[in-house]
Amino acid sequence: MKDVTFGQYYPVDSFVHKCDPRMKILFLVGYLVAVFLSADFYGLGACAVVLVLCVAFSRVPVRSVLRSIKGVLFLIVFTAILNLFFYQGETTVVIAGVSLQWGIINITVEGIRFMIFVMCRIFMLVMASAILTLTTTPVSLTDGLESLLTPLKWIRVPVHALALIMSIALRMIPALMDEIDRIMNAQRARGADFSHGGPVKRVKAIIPVLIPLLLSALRRAEELGDAMEARCYTGSQTRTRYKKLTFTWRDPVIGLLCAALIAGVVLMNIYLPPIL
Amino acid sequence: MRIQAEHLNYAYNPGTEFAVQALKDVSLTIEEGEFFGVVGHTGSGKSTFIQHLNGLILQPSAQKKYKPKKPKKGSPVPPPSVLKIGDFDLLDKKTDFRALRSKVGMVFQYPEYQLFAETVFDDVSFGLKNFAKEPLKPESIEIAVRNALETVGLDYAAVKDKSPFDLSGGQKRRVAIAGVIVTRPEVLVLDEPAAGLDPLGKKELMALLHRLHADWCRTVVFVSHDMDEVAQNCSRVAVFSEGSIKYTLTPQELFSRFDDLDALGLELPAAAKVARLLHERGIDIASDCTPDGFAEATAAYLSSLRKKDGGCTDAEKDGEDGQA
Repeated sequence: MKDVTFGQYYPVDSFVHKCDPRMKILFLVGYLVAVFLSADFYGLGACAVVLVLCVAFSRVPVRSVLRSIKGVLFLIVFTAILNLFFYQGETTVVIAGVSLQWGIINITVEGIRFMIFVMCRIFMLVMASAILTLTTTPVSLTDGLESLLTPLKWIRVPVHALALIMSIALRMIPALMDEIDRIMNAQRARGADFSHGGPVKRVKAIIPVLIPLLLSALRRAEELGDAMEARCYTGSQTRTRYKKLTFTWRDPVIGLLCAALIAGVVLMNIYLPPIL
Repeated sequence: MRIQAEHLNYAYNPGTEFAVQALKDVSLTIEEGEFFGVVGHTGSGKSTFIQHLNGLILQPSAQKKYKPKKPKKGSPVPPPSVLKIGDFDLLDKKTDFRALRSKVGMVFQYPEYQLFAETVFDDVSFGLKNFAKEPLKPESIEIAVRNALETVGLDYAAVKDKSPFDLSGGQKRRVAIAGVIVTRPEVLVLDEPAAGLDPLGKKELMALLHRLHADWCRTVVFVSHDMDEVAQNCSRVAVFSEGSIKYTLTPQELFSRFDDLDALGLELPAAAKVARLLHERGIDIASDCTPDGFAEATAAYLSSLRKKDGGCTDAEKDGEDGQA
């Protein structure tokens, strides 16, 4: 249970860590746009260079960044196989005189190229998001989101409440993980077995963990609510912040980098000869 | 069953940036029949240690994917670890840990939070059914559950069909303890069993533990923050600090080592506190850590004074007894 690295913040001091979370979120959005705008390997290459720069300046070990790919490995493989088999290409691959074509399955040279292209694309998307969560604490991430979503307040979307819900949810994940560990240990000490038997048996074995977990989550929620009310929390519009987000010299730098990336990708799409 | 640990080490998340060395060279032997106390601060390694006792935390060598490493040449060979409970070798991956868990009962902190079943009966019989090799007869389950519930001081007929969530806090804890002892473990390990109870509840719980120790589980290992609880109940005490055992003492020795305990930031038993204050004023009274023992020792000391010069006033004696 402890291997869940969802949004695991990696605490070091670096250029990327010090950037404003709002700018980092915008940068991520811009980066995703650039990745999707790339119509060919040139664009992806440029995106890859930026990605390497981000990892280098974040001082997060490459291993930790790569670990986040585990969760979407299935997705990558699945899309890769679909593209490989069903891409409508022209040149069917021939290996040792055997043409790789059976019914609707048709493996083509174009298909293989496109498969690699799609894999790189998903890979970069995931890596870029991982860098954001590895270098930004959940709290500043929600602060950044809240600040970016301010325009929605004008059409009466309860942005502050939503941000609060999100930050509490993020805050509670580790606590609930610990709780799961504790309850599982307690039931294991009473002979419960979570790792053997068929699917039905395993689902049944989870019930003695789920019910206490649910109860404890409700109890925690109630206690937190009481504690917040005891400190006069009302979620009013006039709340001020303890930590104010401020832009520094770093933020225009990465903003420009992002803009340059998008412009570069667009130019490459127009002027460079296609490979795909 | 005898518990024997030698040179035990354990690290959480070994080899990563989040590595924490939780146990460092822990050696401890708990004889069969002891009422053994474990004290120490949060993070001192005591929880890690007791979770070893029923295989909830496994040493690397006991894990399924373990492959023995060749020792590096030139590096000092660490002394071999040992962890045995009765005939179970807990460092061997071939050990049947489920069988071990039926022999070593474990009561976690706030055990009432592990209750889940619709009725008290179902919850208490959960462990029993889990450990049974073949399906048990309903009658034998009923007898075992009735025994367990009555031993923890609950009225079987009154609570068996109730939802465990409708009971009071103290009753819930008793049900949870019944759910552990129902399999008749030979060793009972409890992590802060009295946490969050009122003074009367604590007293009743300690009485329950003594009852269990007398005729249910031969060996009791119990973790506590409360030095008074430990001093008054245990035959021996291990003091954990920063992942290793600093001392293994009897309550009498614990009493005389108050400077050491102070250095570790542990609260002294009340009687020891008074003895220390008297010591600072030049009066040494040797006794065990219980209020009774201390009162007796004080009385003996005062009467010896009286014999000596007959000058000690009654008022002085009352004052000291009051403090104790």
